Amino acid sequence: MTSELDIFVGNTTLIDEDVYRLWLDGYSVSDAVALRVRSGILEQTGATAGVLQSDTMDHYRTFHMLERLLHAPTKLLHQLIFQIPPSRQALLIERYYTFDEAFVREVLGKKLSKGTKKDLDDISTKTGITLKSCRRQFDNFKRVFKVVEEMRGSLVDNIQQHFLLSDRLARDYAAIVFFANNRFETGKKKLQYLSFGDFAFCAELMIQNWTLGAVGEAPTDPDSQVDDMDVDLDKEFLQDLKELKVLVADKDLLDLHKSLVCTALRGKIGVFSEMETNFKNLSRGLVNVAAKLTHNKDVRDLFVDLVEKFVEPCRSDHWPLNDVRLFLNQYSASVHSLDGFRHQALWERYMGTLCGCLLRLYHD
Amino acid sequence: MEGPPSSRGCTSSPTPSARPQVKFGNTTFKTDVYLKSLNPHWNSEWFKFEVDDEDLQDEPLQITVLDHDTYSANDAIGKVYIDIDPLLYSEAATVISGWFPIYDTIHGIRGEINVVVKVDLFNDLNRFRQSSCGVKFFCTTSIPKCYRAVVIHGFVEELVVNEDPEYQWIDRIRTPRASNEARQRLISLMSGELQRKIGLKVLEMRGNAVVGYLQCFDLEGESGLVVRAIGTACTLDTLTNPATFLPTCHSPSKEMKESPLAHPANSHGCRSTHNSPIHTACGSRLTQNLSVSVPTLIYTGMGSAGKDGPFKALLRQQTQSALEQREFPFFTLTAFPPGFLIHVGGVVSARSVKLLDRIHNPDEPETRDAWWAEIRQEIKSHAKALGCHAVVGYSESTSICEEVCILSASGTAAVLNPRFLQDGVLEGCLEQRLGESQPPGCGFCHTPYDEVNTPFPAHLALCCCCRRQKVPDVLLTTIDLPAQAAVVGKGCLIQARLCRLKKKAQAETNATAISNLLPFMEYELHTQLMNKLKLKGMNALFGLRIQITVGENMVMGLASATGVYLAALPMPGGIQIAGKTPGDGSYEQHVSHMQRKINDTIAKNKELYEISPPEVVEEVVGSPIPEPRQRSRLLRSQSESSDEAAELDLSHGKKDAFVLEIDDTDAMEDVHSLLTDVPPPPGFYSCNTEIMPGINNWTSEIQMFTSVRVIRLSSLNLTNQVLNKNFNDLCENLLKSLYFKLRSMIPCCLCHVNFTVSLPEDELIQVTVTAVAITFDKNQALQTTSTHTEKSLQRGSSDNEELLQFPLELCSDSLPSHPFPAVKATSVDDSSFADRCGGWIELIKLKAQSIRRGSMKTSRRLLPPRPRGSQRLILVSRGES
Repeated sequence: MTSELDIFVGNTTLIDEDVYRLWLDGYSVSDAVALRVRSGILEQTGATAGVLQSDTMDHYRTFHMLERLLHAPTKLLHQLIFQIPPSRQALLIERYYTFDEAFVREVLGKKLSKGTKKDLDDISTKTGITLKSCRRQFDNFKRVFKVVEEMRGSLVDNIQQHFLLSDRLARDYAAIVFFANNRFETGKKKLQYLSFGDFAFCAELMIQNWTLGAVGEAPTDPDSQVDDMDVDLDKEFLQDLKELKVLVADKDLLDLHKSLVCTALRGKIGVFSEMETNFKNLSRGLVNVAAKLTHNKDVRDLFVDLVEKFVEPCRSDHWPLNDVRLFLNQYSASVHSLDGFRHQALWERYMGTLCGCLLRLYHD
Repeated sequence: MEGPPSSRGCTSSPTPSARPQVKFGNTTFKTDVYLKSLNPHWNSEWFKFEVDDEDLQDEPLQITVLDHDTYSANDAIGKVYIDIDPLLYSEAATVISGWFPIYDTIHGIRGEINVVVKVDLFNDLNRFRQSSCGVKFFCTTSIPKCYRAVVIHGFVEELVVNEDPEYQWIDRIRTPRASNEARQRLISLMSGELQRKIGLKVLEMRGNAVVGYLQCFDLEGESGLVVRAIGTACTLDTLTNPATFLPTCHSPSKEMKESPLAHPANSHGCRSTHNSPIHTACGSRLTQNLSVSVPTLIYTGMGSAGKDGPFKALLRQQTQSALEQREFPFFTLTAFPPGFLIHVGGVVSARSVKLLDRIHNPDEPETRDAWWAEIRQEIKSHAKALGCHAVVGYSESTSICEEVCILSASGTAAVLNPRFLQDGVLEGCLEQRLGESQPPGCGFCHTPYDEVNTPFPAHLALCCCCRRQKVPDVLLTTIDLPAQAAVVGKGCLIQARLCRLKKKAQAETNATAISNLLPFMEYELHTQLMNKLKLKGMNALFGLRIQITVGENMVMGLASATGVYLAALPMPGGIQIAGKTPGDGSYEQHVSHMQRKINDTIAKNKELYEISPPEVVEEVVGSPIPEPRQRSRLLRSQSESSDEAAELDLSHGKKDAFVLEIDDTDAMEDVHSLLTDVPPPPGFYSCNTEIMPGINNWTSEIQMFTSVRVIRLSSLNLTNQVLNKNFNDLCENLLKSLYFKLRSMIPCCLCHVNFTVSLPEDELIQVTVTAVAITFDKNQALQTTSTHTEKSLQRGSSDNEELLQFPLELCSDSLPSHPFPAVKATSVDDSSFADRCGGWIELIKLKAQSIRRGSMKTSRRLLPPRPRGSQRLILVSRGES
């Protein structure tokens, strides 16, 4: 006796969250059945293995049919074939677009191209995430990227509108899109200690302050060839950052800056002497990072540079986080007292974001 | 009558240039092409069709969405058929608008199209008109909740025949899609025509609706396509406030006066010679002048007529006048207004095996009509034999394999209240309760025949509720549980499943083989049902449906019903296992082991379904497994224990328990299969009636579903046992799967569970289940409604509760308060199954004693073959028989 056909169609489409998770995780039906058996469901419900097999198969088939709709979540809302209550629809979408931390760290900042897709095998082996799941996550990134890449307006809003994701997840995707678009290097060994959350935090700050959309200059002529508002960094701003070089190039200015910071921090931070010795190096590092951002390649290395030029020196001197905060605040604020420095607004726009990023990046 | 469409999601090509084409009858309109878009908007002008109302009813509106391609012919993306019948009701809206799925017969749903359809109807009032616009059709077998039945007119049937497009010569040269579409269109057309014709009959009877409408398509293959329908014509009235339809007066005495029965005539119209105390009791209620001068007998053909008590005879005469003009006093309804149903006799069924031949003149489908007429006549006479003048819960079905076709019909013989059947005379009478002096909870259980004149050997007992009338020990019906019935505990789905291998054969030989198999199958299904019912500790089956399916090399039988414990009926006895060879120690041990298992199961089931009948009854029956002395022996139809003839005297003596004799491996398996039926997991109930007896607190969470399974049998060494086991497993696993899938709905009940078996190919078995899962509130489960006002509130508030208002449900405390004296143990007994069988089963049994198995199967032919090669066989299974 072999089963030829086994289907269940309900008025409301039944969705078992556990099976959905297994499907998303890329398990085959037999693996999923084995995992379900191990979860003790047979004992709880008194079902047999055959029942479980049939149920799992049926769910997989449903998910497979739903997948097409999940690629364009608004379609899931409007289709008439599967009746799914709104709360369930939201859950399906949210779970489908949820990604693994380990996976996203591997592809963050990489070009979402076929080339990268070919590397998914390696990523799968490295992270222990099934290839199927890797593909889904990669395709999600790519799909969201393609849709919002050319779009005007707030990146997060665009993602939310087209993919109906929760605020949190939409923000994460905004970061992924932003990183992929600017191709920030995140895979270097010295960056391995950073989590996706760290990068996402930085991305959000950068989107808020360093992109064209941040300035609020909505182009009046929609046909004008302006850069995308939230996805690309403000080119003009990056050009202007060269002007900051004077802070380290002008020796007087640098000394004055140092003395202002030292006076203010004396007795307030525990690593005062280390700070004093390293001030010029640190300042040079931070200003040079800014000055280099005109080149695309240096933009990509932004995080490598920040870690190399600032995080690592401080860490080797065992600066406590609080001291770093006090230093950065003082370092950024003191510039206002430098009379010879004319680019206060530019400095503010640069350092405001950078301080936030550096504090987030500063951990073990 | 046509609107501006726009569509979405057509996925035939990346960017199709779609153009819909609108067709009604032979008129076709096209919109402009909307170039290269997945979301085309046409916003067309109205397409206007002017047609006769006859066509309006028959024809569907067809919308074909074409992919307009400059290079090749326009390909259809898909089609939409819209039945505009619902727009023809006088009080209904005249516009349908919304998104319709675009369906392709090969690719499935390919998108949606937004259509607005409007009808301006100028109704044809010509007396000779062929249209019947405005007659409503309801598939539900109870009066829809928002309506009130003013008159229930009766049976309507119609049958339309055509050639099957798939068997036309042109099918060889056209694409499968074209063939499918031709068939789809034809089916739609035939269905429209059928409903129009049924509608005409309804109008003729001065009704305005068909309730319990059952429409079937018989794909007879070469010989054609038959669409047939049956239903119950009614005059329905819209209820403005659903809560008001409840009877406000419950005083029987008052209504008694309004009842025509309250002005009866003297009793010499009845040739009543019988004078049992029971009937005197009845008679005393209606002593005065019986003016009904209908000396003729209700069932002249039956010798038992005329010996009934005056009350019953009177009832018959009353209803007779209402029903005698009717060819078929049948009702497809399974739930009735209070007071409609007076007595229930039992299940009547008839089957006939026919050889299909080409229908030569589709306009005069005489043969098919004649076949059904024959079967209905058979049913009618069976009902008469049970002392009933009407059949309720009536349904018809077919099973076709190659050129052999089994026609089946079944229903429940019943005595109805005549007042409900008289046209116009008692307008609105359905709202009143019948003035019955019997407690309403048990009236319908009382036998319409009396003990002496039972048309078959039966054991009757005094009704456990009123202690005045006789009731059968087991009641089988095809209807839903009446709302007023007193039930103990909850009900459950009971199924009997059976497969029999059959040699492949052609035409007449095949028909003969099937005819020979049928009686044995029916008998075994019945045995299984009764055994399972006993095992559940219950005494009545509702919604019984026996489905016989023929395949090339096997015949399958599936009987489904909802078992309940009716408070009025005596407590069922247990099941006793008897070994064939006493004396063998280990064997005895095995038998006693089995016995223990069975006893445990019965006890467990009683607990599970909360069956705790009042003590009074308990006392009467004694332990479920009585002393061996009182046992009777239940014989399986094929059991050939011929040397035990003495013990086979089945119609004598007092018996309390079924005896299952395990004298061979077959029987062993039967006993095993009894025990392998796994009860639903905790929190689950199931039934095949619309609503579960014993549950009254439904929530609004509902899940309707369909589940289909097909299994392939390994063709090697296929025996009846293997086949049975496979089929049993298939059904059991299917149920288990459903319980598992729906576990998030617990506590929940699967209602209206409907199994359909088909044998699409040689080694394939396909089972389709449809059901509705409804959750209920466990916390309220123990609250019983004590007053009618409370009930009425509940009924008004919930659509589903109507059938659940049992005065005695779940509340065992209220039961001992029955004012009935204990009756001596001897007066209530459980007759064995054998006692309940009709004459044909007796025949088989007699044979079974003398004929060895094997030879038996082929030796029986119950009826001589009919002319023109059609084999015919009629079976009656009577519930309480």
